[in-house]
Amino acid sequence: MSSPGKYFKDAWSGVWTVLIGMRITISHVFGKKVTRQYPLERYQLPERARNRLYVNMDDCIGCDQCARACPVNCIAIETAKAMPGEDLGVTSGGKKKALWVTKFDIDIAKCCYCSLCVWPCPTECIKMTDVYEFSENNRNNLVYNYITLTPEEAVLHKENADKAAAEAAAKKAAAAAAKPAAPKPAAPAAGAAETK
Amino acid sequence: MTPNFLQDWLTKLLGNDAIPIVVVCALPLVFILVYALIAILGEMKISAWMQDRVGPMRTGWKGTFQPFADILKLMQKEDTTPSAVDKFLYNMAPYIVFIGAYAAFAALPFSSAYMGATLNVGIFYIVAISSLAVVGILMAGWASNNKYSLYGAIRSVSQIISYEIPAGLAILCVVMIAGTLDLNQISAIQSGGIQNWFIFGGPFPMEKRLLLLPVMIVLFIIYYITSLAETNRTPFDIAEGESELVAGYHTEYSAMKFAIFFLAEYANMFAVSAVAATLFFGGWQSPFGEVLGGPVWGIMWFVLKSFFFVFVQIWLRWSLPRLRVDQLMSVCWKFLLPFTLVCVVATALIVLNF
Repeated sequence: MSSPGKYFKDAWSGVWTVLIGMRITISHVFGKKVTRQYPLERYQLPERARNRLYVNMDDCIGCDQCARACPVNCIAIETAKAMPGEDLGVTSGGKKKALWVTKFDIDIAKCCYCSLCVWPCPTECIKMTDVYEFSENNRNNLVYNYITLTPEEAVLHKENADKAAAEAAAKKAAAAAAKPAAPKPAAPAAGAAETK
Repeated sequence: MTPNFLQDWLTKLLGNDAIPIVVVCALPLVFILVYALIAILGEMKISAWMQDRVGPMRTGWKGTFQPFADILKLMQKEDTTPSAVDKFLYNMAPYIVFIGAYAAFAALPFSSAYMGATLNVGIFYIVAISSLAVVGILMAGWASNNKYSLYGAIRSVSQIISYEIPAGLAILCVVMIAGTLDLNQISAIQSGGIQNWFIFGGPFPMEKRLLLLPVMIVLFIIYYITSLAETNRTPFDIAEGESELVAGYHTEYSAMKFAIFFLAEYANMFAVSAVAATLFFGGWQSPFGEVLGGPVWGIMWFVLKSFFFVFVQIWLRWSLPRLRVDQLMSVCWKFLLPFTLVCVVATALIVLNF
């Protein structure tokens, strides 16, 4: 309080600035509201919004590239080789399918929506949709199973493939045993059988 | 028409004394409960609108029944009592605070025909009894055994006691002009339309009015500021300051005890607004003189005027930031008190000379 003039000026500006503030707040009472009543009205999502993943199994060839691209390992794929004579059909791009996809699980709870799995897909069958409301009470319900085969079919195809692989390995081992003079090609064949 | 007309009329109607007394005593309580629901909804809605939000929208039409839902929720909550509190004081405090607020309603003239108690010291009684809240707040803060609660209580008490001085002096000026402490008579003096309200100089000859007008406007502003401080409303809510003290003196309270603190705050808001309306804006007087006057319209005018000042309190709350403790005290002692003292002298001279 340096001078009486300043004292009265302070008192006046104290009252006056409050009135200015009140004028501003009351103008907002009648202004446009920014709230959106969410479940009733929704935002228009951007064109390339990345939300829940979707896999079109008709096009999937089981190449496993999406699972390898995933930085958080949320995609789990298992495949089984088709038996000779089984026709798996073709993708919409005309590519012939050669593998039964016996498991295609995406744990969407782990998914970080980076869309890195989308780019490597050769048949463009995995993509991000605009669905973002998929909460669950149980975390296990967030593991989505995309395979179109029934569990029995999946087991059957897997067993077939395993059997075929075992037969092939046995044949190769027998061939290797029959030709002891040529040990060089036998070693990689045995190794391959073991890994399978 | 006497202020205990309602009681007399009921006594005559029912032929006994007890029931009218109970009715007259309970009416303000019923009013507080209904008003609190409206004020809580108003606070939620107005704060939302001022922030460009829409506020509660789901309970009832546009969220109209949100206060009922809140009260129901509070009633279902567990009433916790921390183990280290002083049980007796802790449990008593909310009721004492509420009694202080409720007792003030006894001397408020709702209409020319109804007043809880016909006291000839009405405004003096209100100033005295509303100080009871200080005791309750200090009890709550001390008994909670919590440093934030105690800080809040100490701040609140120092603030209320400081601001009672300018408030009391501002009221004193109006009492000097009116020549009575009875709020019903103070309202009755301001009859004859809006120009006779004390804020516009009162029902006096022109030269006295012109002299009183600036004094009354300053006094009204001072009284309104102090009333904000006495109800612990923003910008004087340092007692509750969420960002510093959690919630001040009611940090440890839950469920209905917390609800009663809340109710007391809202009841206090109405009480101080009603006093402001009565002292400066004619109380139950109609602004159009005899038109729309009378005891029944009087209730409407009184409640409407008081609600307007409650609205301004809410309006201020969502416009202004909180003061610091030293700023709060300097506003009171360096600005409000000197201005009020000058006003007291000016009013006294005007009343003596005209």
